Amino acid sequence: MKIVVCMKQTFDTEAKIAVDANGKINKQGVSLIMNPYDEFAVEEALKIKEKSSGEVTVVTVAGPEGQDALRQALAMGADKAVLVDPGMDEIDEFTTASILAKAISEMEYDVLLGGFRAIDDGSAQVAGRVAEILGIPVVNVVTKLEIADGKAVATSEIEGGSQTVEVALPAMFTAQKGLNEPRYPSMKGIMQAKKKPMEKKALGDLGLDAGQVAPKVKAISYFLPSARAAGKIIPGEPADAARDLVKALREEAKVV
Amino acid sequence: MIFKLSEEQELLKKTVRDFAESEIAPKAAEMDEKEEYDMTLWSKMAEMGLTGIPYPDDYDGAGMDNLSYAIAVEELSRVCGSSGVFVSAHTSLCAWPIYAFGTEDQKQKFLKPLSNGDKLGAMGLTEPAAGSDASSLKTTAVKEGNEYVLNGTKIFITNGYHAEIYVIFACTDRSKGTRGISAFIVEKGTPGFTFGKKEHKLGIRASSTYELVFENCRIPAENLLGDEGQGFKMVMMTLDGGRIGIAAQALGIAQGAYEQAVNYSKIREQFGKPISANQGLQWMLADMATQIEAARLLVYKAAYLKDNKQPFSKEAAMAKLFASETAMAVTTKAVQVFGGYGYTREYPVERMMRDAKITEIYEGTSEVQRIVIAANILK
Repeated sequence: MKIVVCMKQTFDTEAKIAVDANGKINKQGVSLIMNPYDEFAVEEALKIKEKSSGEVTVVTVAGPEGQDALRQALAMGADKAVLVDPGMDEIDEFTTASILAKAISEMEYDVLLGGFRAIDDGSAQVAGRVAEILGIPVVNVVTKLEIADGKAVATSEIEGGSQTVEVALPAMFTAQKGLNEPRYPSMKGIMQAKKKPMEKKALGDLGLDAGQVAPKVKAISYFLPSARAAGKIIPGEPADAARDLVKALREEAKVV
Repeated sequence: MIFKLSEEQELLKKTVRDFAESEIAPKAAEMDEKEEYDMTLWSKMAEMGLTGIPYPDDYDGAGMDNLSYAIAVEELSRVCGSSGVFVSAHTSLCAWPIYAFGTEDQKQKFLKPLSNGDKLGAMGLTEPAAGSDASSLKTTAVKEGNEYVLNGTKIFITNGYHAEIYVIFACTDRSKGTRGISAFIVEKGTPGFTFGKKEHKLGIRASSTYELVFENCRIPAENLLGDEGQGFKMVMMTLDGGRIGIAAQALGIAQGAYEQAVNYSKIREQFGKPISANQGLQWMLADMATQIEAARLLVYKAAYLKDNKQPFSKEAAMAKLFASETAMAVTTKAVQVFGGYGYTREYPVERMMRDAKITEIYEGTSEVQRIVIAANILK
């Protein structure tokens, strides 16, 4: 069983987001982690491998700093890592998915996995796009996955409930919280990680050029949510205060 | 000089921090209150390989260096001082002498289960009349045929009761003084080996501290560690390494309390502004940060020297002395930053201040560290 996991490195969940003088998100000094949903995907890949034997490859599109998250996946037990550096500062889902699909198309694969969304931009697009480019089925927001006899039975969340589907392999599955409990890298795993192959590629190595994968969406500006205004206390006798409150709800807040 | 951790050390630090924050921190206050360690945490640490960090893969260890081990103890102690000493006593005081002085058979039989976490380890040196003065040991070991017969009492034994493998120091020849001390591996459950009273302590209350009682306890002669009479040398060498572990524990406790103080000072408002806006408080935080950074460099350097097979006895004593005194100073100031709340068990700094004190006492008091340092610089 050949399993490939699409992985993204994101800001730490506790990172403070700030916009710099140029209007861009300030990345200085921010600690980076593996996207938590991708951690579920890596864990699921390792579980499938442990059940049926096979090989787990983790792929990311990132600058050199992305190696840290790949190393974590290798320490958890993945066999190989591939980093494709797009050589561009700002990319969109089209860029990422096109690069990932090209890189994966050169590999053997039975099962593709990824988090259903990344916690930074939260667009939940990349895995689906990769599946589309590769022409394989995708099952999203998966909370249970069984692989046997060349097919998969996956349970995924749908509005108001869940559904179980059967799908032929190869296929892409995107992980939702609840799929599993990701393991911590073991100390031996950390030591073994440095001996495992980590390929670093540029676009040219995949036969791509920057024009082919140039982003189709460009962020015009970034801004932080405005600070929440302080609450308003309406003083007075209960009956008067209630009247003033209703008035404020009607005329100022316009909610009733 | 390169002040940079390797990629593996960085990943280890992050991994142990994640583990400590997610798994240990939520239980630390309750374990302290109950004076009982949650042994499911030990199983999790074993699974991750935190139980044999600096020992080779051949003996089921992680094959990492001593600096990695120190960082792991630091990160565990940052949220729970008891967890730090739990791993440190196991790794440095029990597994290490077996690793350094054991026969191949002893390593297969005892070091492997210690390293992979099947069994917890402890060391028994201290007695009512012999702490740092190891030459006054009263516990005796007399050879009878293929066995040694142990008699005596050990006190203040960290990991006592929970541990299944003990390295015990006893006197085999009274006439030879320190050259008459020998080390033995004793398994829990050996007839004649029982547990006396459990100590109720000021701090590290989740860490078990027991009295060990040996009454005609017969152990196989092959459980002698090294040769007869080598025990005192083993004690000294074991404690040199152990001090790096305790220094790392002290460093972690200080770091944890410092972070709590910084965060609290930013959200606690008095007189219409966060207390961190007051210069008096800022200076306290600046001193704490500086002391911790200095302690960290001492601890890491001692571990580095050990990893590079250079003498580290003096540096380990300096690291232990400075880091433990830093832990006491920083946790005391952290409680001060929290004011009245800091004195209650609602916030972890109260526990951290209690946990810090022992680091100035065990594995050699601060005074003994100064003796070791002075002996090194005056020789």
